[in-house]
Amino acid sequence: MTERATSESLKADVAIIGGGIVGASAALFLRRSGLSVVLLERNLCGAAASGVNYGGVRTQGRAIAQLPLSLRARSLWARLPELIGIDGEYVPSGHLKLARSQADLHKLETYRDAVAEHGLDLQITSGSAFRRAHPWLGEQAIAGSFCAGDGHANPRLVSPAFARAAQAAGARVIEGCDVTELVHTGGAFIVGDGRSVTVRSRWLLNCAGAWALNVARRFGDDAPMTSIHPGMAVTEAVPRFMDLNIGVEGGGIYGRQTARGNCVMGGARGVANGALYGVPTARSIAELCDRMAALFPALAHAHVIRFWSGVEGSLPDHHPVIGPSPTTPQLIHAFGFCGAGFQIGPAVGEALAELVHHGRSSVALDAFSITRFHTASSSSSTQGAH
Amino acid sequence: MIVGAGPAGMRAAEQLVAAGQRPVVVDEGARHGGQIYRQPPVVMRRERRDLYGFEAGRASAVLDRFDDLRSQIDYRARTLVWQIEANTLQLLHAGRNHGMHFDALILATGATDRVLPFPGWTLPGVYTLGAAQVALKFQGCLIGPRVVFAGTGPLLYLVAWQYASHGGQVAAVLDTASASAKWLAAPRLLARPAVAMKGAYFVARLRMMGVPLHGGVTLIRAEGADRVTALAWRSGGTSHTTECDAIGFGHGLRSETQLADMARCAFDYDPIDQAWLPTQDSAGRTSVPGVYLAGDGAGILGADAAELSGARAALAALEDLGIAPAEPQGAKRIERALHAHATFRRGLETAFAPPERWAADAPDELIVCRCEEITAGELRACARETGAREMNRLKALTRIGMGRCQGRMCAPAASRLLAHAAGCELHEVGRLRGQAPIKPIPIVMLHDRAPSTIVPEDQDD
Repeated sequence: MTERATSESLKADVAIIGGGIVGASAALFLRRSGLSVVLLERNLCGAAASGVNYGGVRTQGRAIAQLPLSLRARSLWARLPELIGIDGEYVPSGHLKLARSQADLHKLETYRDAVAEHGLDLQITSGSAFRRAHPWLGEQAIAGSFCAGDGHANPRLVSPAFARAAQAAGARVIEGCDVTELVHTGGAFIVGDGRSVTVRSRWLLNCAGAWALNVARRFGDDAPMTSIHPGMAVTEAVPRFMDLNIGVEGGGIYGRQTARGNCVMGGARGVANGALYGVPTARSIAELCDRMAALFPALAHAHVIRFWSGVEGSLPDHHPVIGPSPTTPQLIHAFGFCGAGFQIGPAVGEALAELVHHGRSSVALDAFSITRFHTASSSSSTQGAH
Repeated sequence: MIVGAGPAGMRAAEQLVAAGQRPVVVDEGARHGGQIYRQPPVVMRRERRDLYGFEAGRASAVLDRFDDLRSQIDYRARTLVWQIEANTLQLLHAGRNHGMHFDALILATGATDRVLPFPGWTLPGVYTLGAAQVALKFQGCLIGPRVVFAGTGPLLYLVAWQYASHGGQVAAVLDTASASAKWLAAPRLLARPAVAMKGAYFVARLRMMGVPLHGGVTLIRAEGADRVTALAWRSGGTSHTTECDAIGFGHGLRSETQLADMARCAFDYDPIDQAWLPTQDSAGRTSVPGVYLAGDGAGILGADAAELSGARAALAALEDLGIAPAEPQGAKRIERALHAHATFRRGLETAFAPPERWAADAPDELIVCRCEEITAGELRACARETGAREMNRLKALTRIGMGRCQGRMCAPAASRLLAHAAGCELHEVGRLRGQAPIKPIPIVMLHDRAPSTIVPEDQDD
C-alpha cells in the first residue's frame, strides 16, 4: 500500500506480522485506541486465506468455546460499512444447516439444545414444513437448523478493505515485506525484511496465518499446526434460487449464491502449489460437483467456471491459537483458524487490541492459549506449516 | 501426449510416430487443423484452394500427413483438457471426464485474438477477426454481407482479402497502425520475403477491388441500436462513419498459456508479444521437466513456425525420454529455420503494433470485461481508490477476469488499463494466475467414482 523508501527505520507501539483479516482488524482497532501500528505483509493484504475463503459468516456449528468471540464478531459485521467503508457484499441471510438423515437431525437438535444458554437461537424444521419452505433443495435434505443472525459475504472485498481501513486510520501498512529479521531485545522487538524495512516496537502480534510458526518458533513457541487447502468452486451466474448460507451436518459441501447469481461452493480438498498457494485436486472437484448437483437441483445444467484453494493453518482440536506467548512478554499469537476464521476475524482483531491496550480482552480467550499443546507428547512432535 | 491438433501438434505427432511412438493427441476441435487450417464439417465438401488460398499447399501437406498417420496416433477430437495435476490431464469428452497420465506433454495450444475493445464492441454483429475466419472456414458463411475489418495485424488484411474473394463486400479496412510503421519494419519483414510478398499482394488486390484501406486510424464507436449499422472512426483529425452490417476486429494474437500455467511452468514477460509467456529453451523445453511448448501457444510466430517448433519439441521430448529420433540432424536444421521466423516476427510487431494510446483513450463507460460487465472506469476507480497495481488484486476487487472466459479475452485490455492508471510499465502489473477449469465444465459429468475424505462441516468459513 504505502511506498517504501530504501532502508527505512520505523518505530511503533505495535508491530503486526500478517495483513489478513485478523492482523488488519487488529491494526484498525489499535489505531482506534490511539496506538501507533506498523503492519508488515509478505504479499498483498487479504490475499491469502482471508481473501480466498468461501465467505461464510457463521456462528452456527461452532464449538461453545468460540461462541463468545463469534457473537461479538456478529455485532462487528452488523456495522461493517462504518468499520471498513464498504458493505463487502455482506448479506445477513441466515445460515441453514441441513440434515440428510435422522441421525444427523438428532445431532442438530443436540447442538441446538447445548448452545441455547450461550445466546444462540436455532430453529429446526423438518418434514413437509421443511420442504415447503425450501423447495429448491434436493430430496436428500430432510431437515434444517436455521440460525437467523448468520449470513455470508465476499472475502476478497472484505479482507483487503480491513487493511485499507487500518491504513486510513493511520496504521503504516507495508506490503511485499517478507519478515526475516525477528528479535526481542531490551524490552523491544526488532522486526524487518533484512533489506529495506526495520521496525522497533514494544508489542508484536503474530497474525501470519498458515506461516505463523515461522514467527512463533523464533521465540521458542510452538503448536502442532499443519496446512490445509480447502477447495472451492464457483458456477456461472444462474437465476437466483437461494440467499441462505447453506451447511450440511456431516460436511462435504457448503454453498451460497451471490447477488449476481454465481453459486460459491466449498467442500473440496486441495494440495499445496508452491509455498503460497493451494490448488484443488481433480478427484475432490469431481466429488464436490456430484454433491452440488444432488443438493441443488437448480445447478444440474450449470457450468463451473473456476476452482480454487488457499493455504490455511489447522490445529488438531479445530481451535485457533489466540493469546499471549508463554515465553516472550508482549508477544501475542493469533493464527491457525482451521478453516473458520473469516467470521470471527474482526472480533479476534478487536480482542488483540484490547490485550495490548488493557492487558485483557472483554471476550474469554483461555481456550485458545498456545500452552494447551504443552504436554509431554505433543510439543516435540509438531509438524511445520509451509 | 500432445494438446492441440493444429500445425504444431500435427508435426509433433509426426516426429513421435517416426520414432516409433504412439502419441495421444487431444484437441477441442471436431477435426484436426487447428485455427489456421480449420476444416469444415465432414459433410461439407469444400476445396482446400478455396479454404486456405495461398496456404492450400501447406495445409494439404500437414493435414494429409496427419490423416496418413491416424492409425498410429491415439487422436481424441472434441476433447477439452481442463486441468493438469501431477502428470495427469483431466479430459472431458461428450460429458465424460477421465484422467490420463503422461510421460511427456507437448502443449500446442495455439492463440486467440488479442482484443483491445472500442465502444459498441458488444453489439451483435461485431466479431473478432479470428471469429470471422472461423465462420468462413468452418461454416462457409460470412459474418455479414457488408463488413468493416478493423484493428491491426497481418490477419486484418488476410481476412479482408478472404472475405472479398468469397463474395463479401468489404466496406473498409481500418488499420490502427500507421503506414510509416510498415516501412520501419520492412528490413525485418524481408527475413521471409515470400510471406512479406503475400501481405503486399493482399493489400494490392484489396485496392484493385476498390476496398478503402486506411492506416493510422482510431476506432471511435460501433453504432447501432439492436445490432451494428456503422463504424465511426477518425484519421488525421477527421471523423468518418462507414456503414456496415458487421465488423471484424482484433489487434494481433495472444497465446493460450493457461495449461502451461496449470503445469506450473515458469513465465517471463515477452516484450515482443507484450505478454507473459512460459519460458522455454530453443527446443521448447519449459522449466518443468517433461513439459514442452510448441506453436503460437508459446509466443506468436505463425503457422509455418508452428510446424517447425512442433517437430522440435517432439525431438526434445524424445531425447529426454532416451528415444532415438528418426532423423538425427533434424533438430539443428529446425532451429536454424526458426531463427528467420523470430526476426520476421519482430518486424511484424513493429508493422502492426497495438495502439499505444489505447489505454489513455478508452472512455470510462467502455465495457472491458464482457462476462462480468466491468467498465474501464471501474478499473481506473479501483486503481485510484485502492492503490491496486497488480492484476490478481484488480481481479479480486473488481471481478475482471472472473467470468466465463477467466480473463482469456479481457486480460490484455485490463492489464494495459491498470498499467496506465498506475503509471507503470505493462509487465509490472503481472499476469492473472491460471485456475482450473481452463474453460467452463458442466457440474454434471460422468466420471470414475472413488470416494475420499469428507471435509468436516466446522471448516466452512
